[in-house]
Amino acid sequence: MSDTTPAFCAPELVGSSAAPPLVELRGVGKSYGNVRALHGVDLVVRPSTVTCVLGDNGAGKSTLIKVVSGLHQHTEGEYLIDGAPVRLNNPREALGRGIATVYQDLATVPLMPVWRNFFLGSELTRGPWPVRRLDIARMKRVCDGELRAMGIVLDDLEQPIGSLSGGQRQSVAIARAVHFGARALILDEPTAALGVKQSGVVLKYIAAARERGLGVIFITHNPHHAYMVGDHFTVLRLGTVELSAARDEIALDQLTHHMAGGAELAALKHELAQVRGVDTDELPKDPDAAPEAQAEAEAADEADGTGGPDETREEHTA
Amino acid sequence: MTETAVPPGKAPATAPGARTTRRSLPRRVLARPEVGALIGALAVYLFFFAVAPPFRQMDSLATVLYQSSTIGIVALPVALLMIGGEFDLSAGVAVITSALTASMVSWQLTQNVWVGVLVALAVSLGIGALNGFLLMRTGLPSFLVTLGTFLMLQGLNLAVTKLLTGNVATDSISDMDGFGQAKAVFASSVGIDGVQVKVTVFWWLGFAAIATWVLLRTKFGNWIFAVGGNRDSARSVGVPVGLTKIALFMSVGFAAWFVGMNQLFSFDTVQSGEGVGNEFLYIIAAVIGGCLLTGGYGSAVGAVIGAFIFGMVTQGIVYANWNPDWFKFFLGVMLLAATLVNLWVRRQATRR
Ligand SMILES: Nc1ncnc2c1ncn2[C@@H]1O[C@H](COP(=O)(O)OP(=O)(O)O)[C@@H](O)[C@H]1O
Ligand SMILES: [Mg+2]
Repeated sequence: MSDTTPAFCAPELVGSSAAPPLVELRGVGKSYGNVRALHGVDLVVRPSTVTCVLGDNGAGKSTLIKVVSGLHQHTEGEYLIDGAPVRLNNPREALGRGIATVYQDLATVPLMPVWRNFFLGSELTRGPWPVRRLDIARMKRVCDGELRAMGIVLDDLEQPIGSLSGGQRQSVAIARAVHFGARALILDEPTAALGVKQSGVVLKYIAAARERGLGVIFITHNPHHAYMVGDHFTVLRLGTVELSAARDEIALDQLTHHMAGGAELAALKHELAQVRGVDTDELPKDPDAAPEAQAEAEAADEADGTGGPDETREEHTA
Repeated sequence: MTETAVPPGKAPATAPGARTTRRSLPRRVLARPEVGALIGALAVYLFFFAVAPPFRQMDSLATVLYQSSTIGIVALPVALLMIGGEFDLSAGVAVITSALTASMVSWQLTQNVWVGVLVALAVSLGIGALNGFLLMRTGLPSFLVTLGTFLMLQGLNLAVTKLLTGNVATDSISDMDGFGQAKAVFASSVGIDGVQVKVTVFWWLGFAAIATWVLLRTKFGNWIFAVGGNRDSARSVGVPVGLTKIALFMSVGFAAWFVGMNQLFSFDTVQSGEGVGNEFLYIIAAVIGGCLLTGGYGSAVGAVIGAFIFGMVTQGIVYANWNPDWFKFFLGVMLLAATLVNLWVRRQATRR
């Protein structure tokens, strides 16, 4: 795939060129019968950028990626790949066009060795039919090379993938998608079930995937994670775009504020004060977003060195 | 995670944070599914070697191996099926269905046993395919689907035999064309050093070699582990889940046919009520051999060892002059012990 996309270009060069984006949604909507889960959503994914999609539970994030990944069809608007309108019937078609999705719980078979997981469904073989067999040496070599290119070094590819940490497992799934020709990579809440440290591992590989020229759609409801790797932020709310901003147009506290939903936070504050007599002065003031939560998270990030991806980012945008 | 993000392509050979240590040799050996069974087999062998003098003779070993092979040939695909995440409770009576089909087709339609043998093969593969198809179509657990086919086949075996022969057993086919040939293939003996070893023992070991190769060295083997280990993951990366499971059920059908032919050509006639309960022996052999009941883990070699343990206990009790009533008790003890050992082994294997 690295010959079809400029692997190590600065995003500005790719982003500002006249080439159409990898994936583009124009006014896309999706209704499940009477439920309008998504409407009027615009989204642009370019090579070598990370587009973060944020939103509270029920905001429509999963619906959005189901449309992009071909699991569902949109009911309004336009979906373009490489500038041409498409209608994907299933995830296989999306994969055929280089759009791969890594689901959190659907990524791997825990008891199988790492290399078998890596090539599952696309095994390399050698020899004529009745004795056609797995080309184990080649698969292990390729797997090791691909994992190293993503910065994952495993000494023992025979170990069951279930014995890796959650972050490493996700990372192997990401490396796998990259190897099998993904140009755009969709990650559905890859950090949701992970601790701070493991989230750092995954964020690092998201940055690595971007360095390799992929357009990444990173779904999360954690603005801190998003801000560490994101180039563009789209906040969904009740099925529609509440905010769409490039990294240089928005600061972390603003992003957090949009995520939390300023007005709702005020209402919640009021409710809590009535129900439990919580001291409302302790709660973050509108319109400033939760300063202490933010400081806390940043401290945790620093302690665990998860600033890594951010450093990479700085490096390449500089 | 102490290092900063590594620029791609320039990843150093040693990235301390991302590194996992190589698992120690004992732990990697323990991770093999059949290790527990191997230790168990050795213990059972030594035990009967000590308490039952006739057990020490080569003739006895040949008998043990024959007993093991008739269970072991079906236990092999049953183990693969279990690794693929499914059960087949119909395998025991399917053996008899196959033998009855071959016998009655030969008797009623032709005078050549090979016609019956081939029709029985088609019927056995068909039963396997039906099991797999019903499973995929209904989405019911294989336990239920094959319990249904088990009862249906059991009924058919008795009813059709009575209908066609007016008896509970089939008529002898020993004077038909091709009987000698078929007996040579399915039920002869080979003399080794003066000891007569049944040909099924060699077939059993041959099938075990093929099953091991398929499981560990082919695409299909990879798919078996995947559909049993995490069916949804397998599907999402393009593994044909339905096809894999149907093929596994058909391989059980093939083995049932083979053992059915062994029975037919060993005894000339078939008792229509037999076979019930054997399905559990196959499953027990697979479980003692290290297959996980929940799928995704196990080996063909393990099923061979499991069947061998079964054979040793069956014959060992006879050679030790014990009341054979004890047999089932021993089987139960071994099953529990094996399950616990396997559980422990798997914890060791996947421990971080
Ligand atoms: N298959 C479906 N049928 C009907 N309504 C659905 C379906 N999937 C999602 N929805 C609705 O669409 C809205 C958005 O859901 P979702 O995209 O899952 O949000 P998120 O992933 O951001 O939590 C929710 O109100 C949800 O109830
Ligand atoms: Mg969701």
